Amino acid sequence: MKKSNLSVLPVILWLCLFLVVPMLIVVGISFMGRDDLGNVVLDFNLESYSRFFDPLYLGIYWDTIVLSVLTTGLCLLLSYPLAYYIANAGPKMQTWGLVLITIPFWINFLIRTYAWVLLLRTQGVVNNVLLDFGLIQEPLQMLYTKGAVLLGMVYTFIPFMVLPLYVALDQMDKKLLEAASDLGASRWKSFWHITLPQTKSGIMTGSVLVYVSTTGMFVVTDILGGSKSSMISNIIQSQFLGARNWPFGSALSVIFVITSLIMIALFNRALTSKHMKTKEGR
Amino acid sequence: MIELVQVEKRFAGQVVVHPLSLTIKEGEFLTLLGPSGCGKTTILRMIAGFEQPTDGKILLDGTDLTDLPPNRRDLNLVFQHYALFPHMTVEDNIAFGLKMKKMPVKEQQERIQEAVTMTQLNSLTKRYPHQLSGGQQQRVAIARAIANKPKVLLLDEPLGALDLQLRKNLQSELKQLQRSLGITFVYVTHDQEEAMMLSDRIVIMNSGQVEQIGTPRQIYANPTTLFSATFVGENNIFSRDGKMFAIRPEKLRALRDVEGAKRTGEVLDVHYLGSVHKLVVQLDNEPMTVSILFDFNDNRPWEVGERVGVDWKSEDEVIIGS
Repeated sequence: MKKSNLSVLPVILWLCLFLVVPMLIVVGISFMGRDDLGNVVLDFNLESYSRFFDPLYLGIYWDTIVLSVLTTGLCLLLSYPLAYYIANAGPKMQTWGLVLITIPFWINFLIRTYAWVLLLRTQGVVNNVLLDFGLIQEPLQMLYTKGAVLLGMVYTFIPFMVLPLYVALDQMDKKLLEAASDLGASRWKSFWHITLPQTKSGIMTGSVLVYVSTTGMFVVTDILGGSKSSMISNIIQSQFLGARNWPFGSALSVIFVITSLIMIALFNRALTSKHMKTKEGR
Repeated sequence: MIELVQVEKRFAGQVVVHPLSLTIKEGEFLTLLGPSGCGKTTILRMIAGFEQPTDGKILLDGTDLTDLPPNRRDLNLVFQHYALFPHMTVEDNIAFGLKMKKMPVKEQQERIQEAVTMTQLNSLTKRYPHQLSGGQQQRVAIARAIANKPKVLLLDEPLGALDLQLRKNLQSELKQLQRSLGITFVYVTHDQEEAMMLSDRIVIMNSGQVEQIGTPRQIYANPTTLFSATFVGENNIFSRDGKMFAIRPEKLRALRDVEGAKRTGEVLDVHYLGSVHKLVVQLDNEPMTVSILFDFNDNRPWEVGERVGVDWKSEDEVIIGS
């Protein structure tokens, strides 16, 4: 017992040093004031939090949640079939599939995002092709819309969903599907009653990764969303770096961390609802 | 009941199961026995529908099953490692097949109750598979299958993962279960003792081919091939004029008087096994050892290195064909 306590000590120290302490600093700053130069001063107040209830910020807050949920949902819908296909392919195809999924990581993320600008802008590849084929008469406004941001987010985070799903699908005992089939289940029913509940951990991991990453992403919004669509992370970034209002930036961060935790809890509840009942005590 | 007609299976040009015709009778306990890789599991999986025969037909009650997927065959398989659904309780596992058949809930409950009682799982219905011991999981696997009241129950080494003591207990339970259900059992095992104890008939297989089909008694007393003579029980193989014959260790006699014995040799080892003891004898002029069994009444002490005459009655010779 004592030995096992000691062996987790480094982990606890690590967590304290790099997670708990910084979080506490952020929480602390969110209750402080600032002087005219933007320095944080010890002056306990709730001003930063009350400022959040400005309709401007509430709107952005809501947009961020909607966009993150949409991104997570779309990533899940697009990734599951892909991960399923890779996990059930032959060993050679599996390796290739996984390499293809990870290849985008080898290229600088900014370059990849700017590539979308080239594709989506008014004189971009997509518009040109559509015009050439006479499918549209005038170029579509695709860049600098919420759709473009959503597209960019889904594109960026799809590997974060595919990989955990792949792992879950690959680890699943294939004999379970044979057993289901033997007991009279069609392929669809086997999928619904066996595969889906058995890959719940992958769904959960992927969704949390994508959701949390989306809420924290401001580069995609900046590049593909232009000035019109902002996310909470853009505001936080500008509060820290531009406006030098650390207390307000911290307050927004705290609010968003809490929101993310609530969302994760809700999602977890949805996954453990009656259809996907899981082991108790696990 | 089940009829295999010239069923053959090839994987990538390799013959895994040579053309095989076999009729399994209603209510029969039939065992496919052989070493691993002999094709017995492949045959079972073809009957269940997880493998497609390369050639031939499989009939159940006269209807051709060959092209039906597993979920449309009226038989159930008990998997080697049980394949219980980890996210479902014992009860839900057993109910799964009934739900798939869209059986009314009340009838489901009755079936579950019945299966649970037969397999003595009454107190465990709310548990999850990971909360059960190996033997209990095994019972759940059987309960899940028999709840469907299949015409045939297929069992793929169902006791293979259990330790010896538990295995022995479950063997007799299985046999009783089969009797009371009256369902046809097709059982796969590599354990010849298990096969002897459980089966009405045994099919002995070796490298994709049937060596012999018969009752345990026929197979023990009259093995027709060298493989079945040596795979089931211990045997001594002699040859005379280019022909082989087998004599069971308990049919051999050890004589102090070397004169007049059919063979002579030297005691190589003496094994005391409790109810029986066994002599291992190195024969003169022949590079082979034979085993001789005594029952517990025979207390004559034998020493290693002692000269011994080996004798038997001619009628106990079992000629092995081909």
